[in-house]
Amino acid sequence: MKKVSISFTLNGDKVTAEVPPSWTLLKTLREYFELTGPKEGCGTGECGACTVIVDGKAVNSCIFPIPEVEGKSVTTIEGIASKDGTLHPLQKAFIENNGVQCGFCTSGMIMSAKALLDHNPDPTEDEIRTGIAGNLCRCTGYVQIVASIEKAGELIRQKK
Amino acid sequence: MSNLLYVGKGTPRTIEVDKVTGRAIYINDLKLPGMLYGKILYSDYAHARIKKIDASKAEVLPGVRAVLTGHNIPDVRVGFLRDQTVLKKDIVRQFRDEVAAVAAISPEIAEEALDLIEVEYEELPAVFDPIEAMKEDAPLIHEVDARGKPIRTNILPLPWKFYAGDIEQGRKNSAYTVKDTVSTTWVNQCCMGTSGCVAEFDMNNDLTFHSQTNVVFLGKQRIMEYLSSIGMRGRNVRVINPVVGGSFGTKLDTDIYEFICILLALRTRKPVKILFSREEEFRALPPRQPAVFTIEQGCDKEGRLTFRKAEAILDNGAYTSWGATTPSVMVMPMSSLYRVPNVSFEATCVYTNNIYCQAMRGYGNPQATFAVESSMDELAEEAGIDPAEFRLINRNQSGDVTPMRLKITSCGLEDCINSVKQKLNWSEKRGKRKGKGVGMGSLIHVAGGARVYKSDGHGMIVKVDQNGHIDVLDGGTDQGQGSPTIISQMVAEALGFRPEDVSLTLGDTGLCLWDAGTHASRHTFMAGNAAVRACEKVKQQILELAVENIPKVVKSGFRRKKRNDPDFVEPDLDYTLISKPEYLDIKDRMVFPKSDPEHPFFRIEVSQIIRDALHVGTGESKVVMAEAFYDPPTEMLDRELKGNLSCTYAFGTTGIEVEVDEKTGEVKILQLFAAHDVGKAINPILLKGQIYGAAYIGAGYGLTEEMKLENGRVMNPNFLDYKMLTAKDVVPVEPIVIEPGDEDGPFGAKGIGEPGLVPTAPAIANAIYDAVGVRIKSLPITPEKVLAALKEKRK
Ligand code: FES
Ligand code: FES
Repeated sequence: MKKVSISFTLNGDKVTAEVPPSWTLLKTLREYFELTGPKEGCGTGECGACTVIVDGKAVNSCIFPIPEVEGKSVTTIEGIASKDGTLHPLQKAFIENNGVQCGFCTSGMIMSAKALLDHNPDPTEDEIRTGIAGNLCRCTGYVQIVASIEKAGELIRQKK
Repeated sequence: MSNLLYVGKGTPRTIEVDKVTGRAIYINDLKLPGMLYGKILYSDYAHARIKKIDASKAEVLPGVRAVLTGHNIPDVRVGFLRDQTVLKKDIVRQFRDEVAAVAAISPEIAEEALDLIEVEYEELPAVFDPIEAMKEDAPLIHEVDARGKPIRTNILPLPWKFYAGDIEQGRKNSAYTVKDTVSTTWVNQCCMGTSGCVAEFDMNNDLTFHSQTNVVFLGKQRIMEYLSSIGMRGRNVRVINPVVGGSFGTKLDTDIYEFICILLALRTRKPVKILFSREEEFRALPPRQPAVFTIEQGCDKEGRLTFRKAEAILDNGAYTSWGATTPSVMVMPMSSLYRVPNVSFEATCVYTNNIYCQAMRGYGNPQATFAVESSMDELAEEAGIDPAEFRLINRNQSGDVTPMRLKITSCGLEDCINSVKQKLNWSEKRGKRKGKGVGMGSLIHVAGGARVYKSDGHGMIVKVDQNGHIDVLDGGTDQGQGSPTIISQMVAEALGFRPEDVSLTLGDTGLCLWDAGTHASRHTFMAGNAAVRACEKVKQQILELAVENIPKVVKSGFRRKKRNDPDFVEPDLDYTLISKPEYLDIKDRMVFPKSDPEHPFFRIEVSQIIRDALHVGTGESKVVMAEAFYDPPTEMLDRELKGNLSCTYAFGTTGIEVEVDEKTGEVKILQLFAAHDVGKAINPILLKGQIYGAAYIGAGYGLTEEMKLENGRVMNPNFLDYKMLTAKDVVPVEPIVIEPGDEDGPFGAKGIGEPGLVPTAPAIANAIYDAVGVRIKSLPITPEKVLAALKEKRK
């Protein structure tokens, strides 16, 4: 199969992937880079489990064509903790506030929340709910996820 | 129990940190060297004879390692009634029938190979409505049973009949009666992690099976039986859970794809993975089964229930799995939700050419409670009694023995009803009919195990190593409910350690002891009871070692001091303080004499005691480890479906305020109070997580969720067309946690996994009636149904 060579920044590192042009970003992240954080819950852009951040915006990586990633910057759940292992405030808040149950939606949920908080560190509940509207969760009823994101916002604002 | 250190606290799920860093390994992420990928070809028809299967082109596709059809695998039946084979070679009876399977070096090649398999069918007449299917001239779904005996009807040979008291007498004693028919439909469990497994045989033909099952030991049993039926008797099977992306009932039965995966692994001698797509999840996993209930109830002038008579018809689909046994749970609310002396309940499961059904959170309870609680409101109205008051009159109480012989021990139902009433401002809000209304529904559910099998036991192993770290091997599974945290809190509490000292291993038949499964809201109760018992033994071991070793430690310390300082005078210590285990206690990983907890010499770290006990010398060294197997004093249901199958029962009431838009039929939940008698909340934050999640699924069940089947085909196999609630569909759930404490529960706790879902849908239906005066009798309550009912009412 013909492959293309795509160079981009992945979690802060310059990388190049040699993959078939028909591959999605999700497939590339999971199979070429062997990242397990972005999940496939549907593969058709309906559940948000595969959410990653591309140039500051949360996208469904399962429907994001790999050629479009050329030159861009991609952040996955693997790239948000500090290099020394300190968890990102969102990761801390999800643990502290039971924002995670089975955890399958969690990577995507946290990435959507991060994209939101990066732009708007003090969102209203409604803004939070809009921010994660594309991320389905079957376990939590979203209540403690929303609370986790609120708490993470607080942590981030305190730090600043 | 006021001085609990960890139980009752909102200990965070730190133990599951991998889930927030993307490192947790789900079945999707599991990759073994040389692993192949399996894919399944499903039927093109709801009912057809297979004339020919030609897989020759698929077999020669480069990268394909095996192609299986019903013709090249052992012809062995599987399933609850052994009414299907793993691959179908003669007749297909539903669209999800598995006709062929492929293993290949990549999922894409496997998929491509499926396209190359040619199957010729001859369509057969089909039936999709259970009532039609019961008619004499209906097409037969199965012509012979597992033993080859001819079958003449589509009605399953599972007569669910429950009778208690005397219905006719009850009728005579009634001042008011109501009768109605309500129905519920198929819903998908919608686990965010799709189904999958990895099977691998070693060269001894022993199988390691990475499975998402929530019943690792029963799953193992089924697979062993299957292997034995295909000529591999005596081979061992180890079932291991990966991290599981939700279960909600889907993992209770061993699914056909799992048998297929095992066969592919056996054929190829390679590890094989099968992973469902979302579409398969909708089309090829057994959903919650639909049911139609006719329910009749009566009460006397004072509002006391006199009788309840109900009949249910369940669409079983084409084969039998755990959907067909849901009546054994339906009988619980039917006979025992509220005090009712005379009860008759009959359920008929009928084969159709629809998708076959399985378990979902709450099992048959949400369906049956929708019937009971809709009828309760109707009867209250007929009798002219406020529905909350009516429920209070008939509430279950501690000490009751229900017609099903359930022994009600702790029961917070009265508190639940009253607190919901108060929070909703019930008396103010009810009966206004101005587009806003309130309604409630209650529930009873097993909360102290459920003796569905002869053993309802749970085995647990607790060991403490020389560093003072505790490993717990828990026979149950974790599908996201948070058991690792809950169990670590209970173990820490019982042993005098901290939750962070505890590591959990769950879901591994190779390491753990038998457990009947993490279903029926039983894990906290059962594993907790086992933990408390195992920890008692472990603690005793540690204290016995302490009695032996503390004096040695103290004295060797003195000797050392003396060596360094010849003037050192050994203090005169009262060693009787630590001369017996019962004089000692453990807290914060320190052993100390109870009579002097801060004793300057006798207060010693547990790890030091264990270290000293381990490194003694030939024949003297000791380890600290204990197991406990807890099997509660309960009974299986007898032939009349009676018996005290659980050690205790959960009660709860959901109260809802809705607003109904009479122009669009849209229903908005303004408030939702979920009051639950939980015995004792081991971890209030995690417990609320269970209530929020369950109430949300319940709200979806009530308002939006429905698998649309047309002539047996699932028409909405994706999240665009199947409406699961999103974060934007705000359901303001407020849990009300009632903690009367249960004498049999670990630290007083009862199960809470399923209850929150159960009464939500009927509470919505009752609130809608209060708001606009129409009763919607079929789920989900869509705007179309509301509009149609409003139109009908205006006529
Ligand atoms: S996997 Fe990408 S949206 Fe579901
Ligand atoms: S935590 Fe299970 S799907 Fe969200």
